[in-house]
Amino acid sequence: MSGELPFEMPLAEMRKKIEELKQFGQEKGIDFTDEIARLEERYSRLEEEIYTSISPSQKMHLARHQQRPTSLDLIQLVFTDFIELHGDRLYGDDLAIVGGLAKLDGIPVTVVGQQRGKDTKDNIARFFGSPHPEGFRKALRLMQQANKFKRPIITFIDTKGAYPGNTAEERGQSEAIARNLREMSSLGVPVVCVVIGEGGSGGALAMAVGNRVLMLEHAIYSAISPNGAASILWKDASKADQAAEAMKITAKDLLEMEVIEEIIPEPKGGAHRNYEETAAAIQSALISQLKELSVMDACELKEDRYRKFRKIGEFDFAKAEKTEQEDIIL
Amino acid sequence: MLFAAAIQIYGWRGVVVFKDLFQKKRKYATIPSERLGTAGQPQEGERPKREIPEGLMNKCAKCGTIQYSKELEKNLKVCQECGHHMRLNAIERISMTLDETGFEEFDADMISVDPLQFPGYAAKLEQQKMKSGLHDAVITGHGSILGQPVVVAVMSFDFFTGSMGSVVGEKITRAIEFATDKRLPLIIFSTSGGARMQESILSLMQMAKTSAALSRFNELGGLYISVITDPTTGGVSASFATLGDINIAEPGAVFGFAGRIVIEQTIRQKLPDDFQTAEFNLAHGQLDMVIHRKDMRSMLGKLLEMHSVKGGF
Repeated sequence: MSGELPFEMPLAEMRKKIEELKQFGQEKGIDFTDEIARLEERYSRLEEEIYTSISPSQKMHLARHQQRPTSLDLIQLVFTDFIELHGDRLYGDDLAIVGGLAKLDGIPVTVVGQQRGKDTKDNIARFFGSPHPEGFRKALRLMQQANKFKRPIITFIDTKGAYPGNTAEERGQSEAIARNLREMSSLGVPVVCVVIGEGGSGGALAMAVGNRVLMLEHAIYSAISPNGAASILWKDASKADQAAEAMKITAKDLLEMEVIEEIIPEPKGGAHRNYEETAAAIQSALISQLKELSVMDACELKEDRYRKFRKIGEFDFAKAEKTEQEDIIL
Repeated sequence: MLFAAAIQIYGWRGVVVFKDLFQKKRKYATIPSERLGTAGQPQEGERPKREIPEGLMNKCAKCGTIQYSKELEKNLKVCQECGHHMRLNAIERISMTLDETGFEEFDADMISVDPLQFPGYAAKLEQQKMKSGLHDAVITGHGSILGQPVVVAVMSFDFFTGSMGSVVGEKITRAIEFATDKRLPLIIFSTSGGARMQESILSLMQMAKTSAALSRFNELGGLYISVITDPTTGGVSASFATLGDINIAEPGAVFGFAGRIVIEQTIRQKLPDDFQTAEFNLAHGQLDMVIHRKDMRSMLGKLLEMHSVKGGF
């Protein structure tokens, strides 16, 4: 095991002790079977304890784990026959977004995802998974292509946010995000979005206007990164952990607020511990969601998506006679 | 009762009656210098040092010229010296832009709640209400401009830096739906610091909600004019503010997605002074035009008129 996060250190230490004891026993020819069994038992109890009470800030670190599977890792495992397509036809090919054709359980779909790098060099090429306008436009091009050919759309969300740079601004970062929000809401095919790591702000939402939005168990999703919130609220970016606790960013929080529809369980310790298991869970969730959506025609799918987002928001009325929230459904 | 009385607001063009809306003290006269930040009226015990009656004079934040507040108001709060467009609150904007014949406000009493129990949010909301005299960062309703009926949503930077929470998203969505339903053109005057982070994900989702409503409006052929005023950034900039059939900005208005400081930290370079201004955005193809405040009303009227015959609704 490697890549332990601070909260997992007690486990790592105990694992090390067990291994040492085993080795020592072998070398000296002493039988430690009982001791090892006892330690193993204590280990699994501790494991249970630690992994069943992961705090929001710990989840934030899991969601950002360097070894966490990326969109491309998962695309290869969840789908078959992936054919990557490139470019927005307007400016360039943003490597922070990957997408193309693939088959899910034998059915052709379009899949688009935000792509972090696997190492420093890769990360630089992919802008650490933060898309430029051409990335969002590439995603939209692929989604509209799917709409034309009546293919369901799957998106994977994994970004700290849209790229904050001068070139991105010059080419209309706001416009690219806004257009995606508007156009995604009018797609006539099923759209299922999965937040696989970090869902950061408008850059995440620009690919997450789906009929169903799912989250991996330890993924996070928020309007502003906890670091950003901390630096605005307390003028101290290092208070990100504190902000993460206050901001309700976990899958469980979002399910309670009815912003997402389903939580996809992760292997014990997080998705990076077992890519195959993670991918299998995503695959089965996608298949069952798409099955439910397959009964709807294009109009119903649009209506369903509209209603999903239309109902989100909490407010009240100042007057004494409180009016119930009346949704004006047209 | 505070909200029962109809209160008259004296605007540039005369008298507009707002129902159930504003406290008497918001009589639209005291405009402290921009130096005091967006903090509205100076706090008690913090009197200006010079012996000038409060609110009589005003200093331009850009060129420093001191001018009579009354003169400045006559000039639509545009500096007579350098042409700097000072920020307007929603009330000032409405009285400057809409016809005197009346403005019917929607959802005047809708207020924010504290859905996440976010530390300090409830108290901050109260403070913002007191400071601005508004219930939240947007006023929506319908009226007319140069005789052309229109639905408007006007954001106000003086309430919580115009941040978009559930109330802003809901009121704007309802206004769009009203325009869709009644086949009326729509104008949104934007100004916002971005998402209201105290409502975290609910705030973010308002971007999708408003954009989805605009999608329906758009598909049915509705005319939407987006007027971008200083500053329009973050979640508002990346949703309805950029989705106009026609996007107009006021001169010098800052308009962009990411903040200047964040970008400077990312690229480790100093950005040019005009970065993200209306003029910069016009040059980069993000706007149809930059219009001086004194010409805004006539331009909007003309655009509405041109769409009233054919096209539009």
